[in-house]
Amino acid sequence: MSSPDQSKSRPKPKVSKRRAQEARRRFLRSVGMGVGVVGTAMLGYYPVLSQSHPRLRPPGALLEKEYLASCIKCGQCVQVCPVEAIKLADVEDGFGLGAAWIDPRKQACDFSCDGLQCVLACPTGALTHETDYPHEVHIGVARLDKPQLCLAVLGQGFKGKIRDADFTGKFRYNEIDRWNPIPVRDRDFDLEICDLCVRHCPIEIRIAQCEAGKPPSGDENQCPPKHAIKLEAIANNDGIRRMKPVILDGCVGCGACEMVCPTEPAAIVIDVESILKA
Amino acid sequence: MNLFKESFMQLIGRAPTRPPKEDISPAAVKVHFRKKAEKFDAEEARRLHAEHDSNKWRRRRWITLIAINLLFVLSYHLDIQLLEGALTASRFLGFHMADLNSALQVMLAYKQVLINLLIGTVTIFLMWWLLGGRTFCSWVCPYHLLAEWAEMLHLKLTAKGLVKDHDFHRGARSVLYLVFVLLALITGYTVYETISPTGILSRALIYGPGLILIWVALLLLFEIFYSRRFWCRYACPIGLTYGLVGQISPLRIKYVLEDCQHEGDCRKVCLVPHVLDTVIKGRAQDVEVPIGADCTRCGLCVDTCPTSSLQFDFKGLNKIL
Repeated sequence: MSSPDQSKSRPKPKVSKRRAQEARRRFLRSVGMGVGVVGTAMLGYYPVLSQSHPRLRPPGALLEKEYLASCIKCGQCVQVCPVEAIKLADVEDGFGLGAAWIDPRKQACDFSCDGLQCVLACPTGALTHETDYPHEVHIGVARLDKPQLCLAVLGQGFKGKIRDADFTGKFRYNEIDRWNPIPVRDRDFDLEICDLCVRHCPIEIRIAQCEAGKPPSGDENQCPPKHAIKLEAIANNDGIRRMKPVILDGCVGCGACEMVCPTEPAAIVIDVESILKA
Repeated sequence: MNLFKESFMQLIGRAPTRPPKEDISPAAVKVHFRKKAEKFDAEEARRLHAEHDSNKWRRRRWITLIAINLLFVLSYHLDIQLLEGALTASRFLGFHMADLNSALQVMLAYKQVLINLLIGTVTIFLMWWLLGGRTFCSWVCPYHLLAEWAEMLHLKLTAKGLVKDHDFHRGARSVLYLVFVLLALITGYTVYETISPTGILSRALIYGPGLILIWVALLLLFEIFYSRRFWCRYACPIGLTYGLVGQISPLRIKYVLEDCQHEGDCRKVCLVPHVLDTVIKGRAQDVEVPIGADCTRCGLCVDTCPTSSLQFDFKGLNKIL
C-alpha cells in the first residue's frame, strides 16, 4: 500500500506526470465503462421499444406502454396464480426482462381464482385495481385463425383427451372440483361436434352458472353481461352439419379456447396485435 | 470540516479530504500528538491480528443474506406466503415493501404513484434508515455475496501476480445514476432493471434461471480478472440510493481513535475504503468519528480490527441507555 500521507510531501514533477497519466487513463476507463453499462441496458430496452415480440399480459394489465413503465418485475402475480398461467420474460423473449406475460397455448388464464388474484397482488398498479371481475378484463380477443383446421367447421366431433398426453395445462372444472384446477388431459370427451372452445370459455361458464341461479362465489356482480363465443351453423348444401365458432363482444382474451383447441396448431388464437393498437 | 457534507461528497464520488488542522478537536489533537511519539510495532500488530482473527460479523451477515433470499424462495415454492414477490417488490406477511431504486425507476417511468407502491417505498425507506442504508447491499443483496466470492478469487490471483486491479472514477456511479433516472423519465421504461444484477438474481432464485444470468456471470468475470468489486464500487445505482438513506441513518460504524494502530488492515478488506480515510494516522477529526454514508455496514473492518477501534454504533442509543 502506498504511503498514506502522500498529500503532505510535495511530489516530484516526474511522479506527478505519471500520476496525471494514471488519472487520465482512469478517466477514459470510467467513460468506457459507463458507455458499456448504459449500452447494455439500452440493448435490453431496444426490443421493448420496437415491440418485436408482442405478448399477452396478465388480467387487468394497463395498455402496453403504461404496463411496461409500471411493472416492477417482482412476480407477485406469478406467485398467486392458481394455474400458473403467468410467467416472467427472459431476455430471449425480447420484450422487457422480468415483465409478466401469458402464453395461452401452454396455460391460459381460466379465472379459477374468481377474484383476480394477480390484480390484487400487483403492488404498482401495472395490473390495474380498477378491474374487479373476469368480464372486465381485456387480455386480447380470440380469433378463428385457421378455419380450415377447426373440427367444428369440418363438421367433426371430438373423442378422447385434449392435446398430448404430456400436456400440462390446467383448467378448473366446477363439476369435478370447485376449488382446484386439474390437468385437462385428465378428462375424456366424446362430442358429436367439437365445441371445446365454447364449453371451456370462462365467460360462457359464468353466464351458464348465473342463468342456473348460482353465480360464482354467490356474487351477482360476477355475472358477465355479454356472451363471448358461440357455435353458429354454417349454411351449406353438402349434407354435413358444420358449425363455426363466432367470437362475440364479451370475449376478454383469456385464451382458454386457444389452450384447449385440439388441432395443431390451434385453429383459434388470441390476437395480440389488436390490443397493442388499442 | 463538516463530516455530514464530507460523507455526502464521498458518496457521490469525490476523493476524501484531510480535515484542516483547526477542525481537529483538542482531545483528538492530544491523541495524535501522543501517537506521533509512539513507534509502530509491526510485530505487535501482527500478533494482535493473529490473536483477534474473527469472522463473526461476516458469518452473521452471510447467514442473514442467505436466510432472507431463501425465505423468498421457500415462501413461493412451499407456498408459506411469508415473503412474497422478489427483492424489487414484495409483501412480508401481507405488508407491502418496495425496493427504493426499483420504486424510483417505476415512479419516474410511469409518472404516477399508486398508494400500495408508496406504502411499500416508505416502509422500506424507514426500515433501511433505521438499519443503516447500504446495509441492504451487504446484508441482503444476492449479488453482493457472489461478488464477495469473486473478490476472494480476485485477491488470490492478484497476490500471485496473475491479475491487476483496475480502478474507475467513483463519480461514475453518480453519473450512471443520473443517466438511469433520465432514461426512465424519457423512455417511460425502467431501463435499469434490465441489467440490475440484484433483481436478476433475486428473480432467478425464486422463479428459476434464465439466459440473462450470462450478464451477471460476465460482471463477475470482469470483477475477478479486471476490477475488484467493480459493480458495487463504481456502477450500482441501488448502492447510491441506499447510500443516501445511510447518510441520515443512526446506525453506522464508529471509529474510536484511542487504541487504533493505524496499520490500515481495515482499509484493505473494505469494499469502500475511502470511508475509512479517517483511520489514517493524524486524520481523525475527533476521538470518535462516525464512518460515512457509502459504508455498507458489512462489518469486515470490525472483524479485522484487533483493537476494537471500529464498532457498530447506533447514534444516541448510549444516551438513552
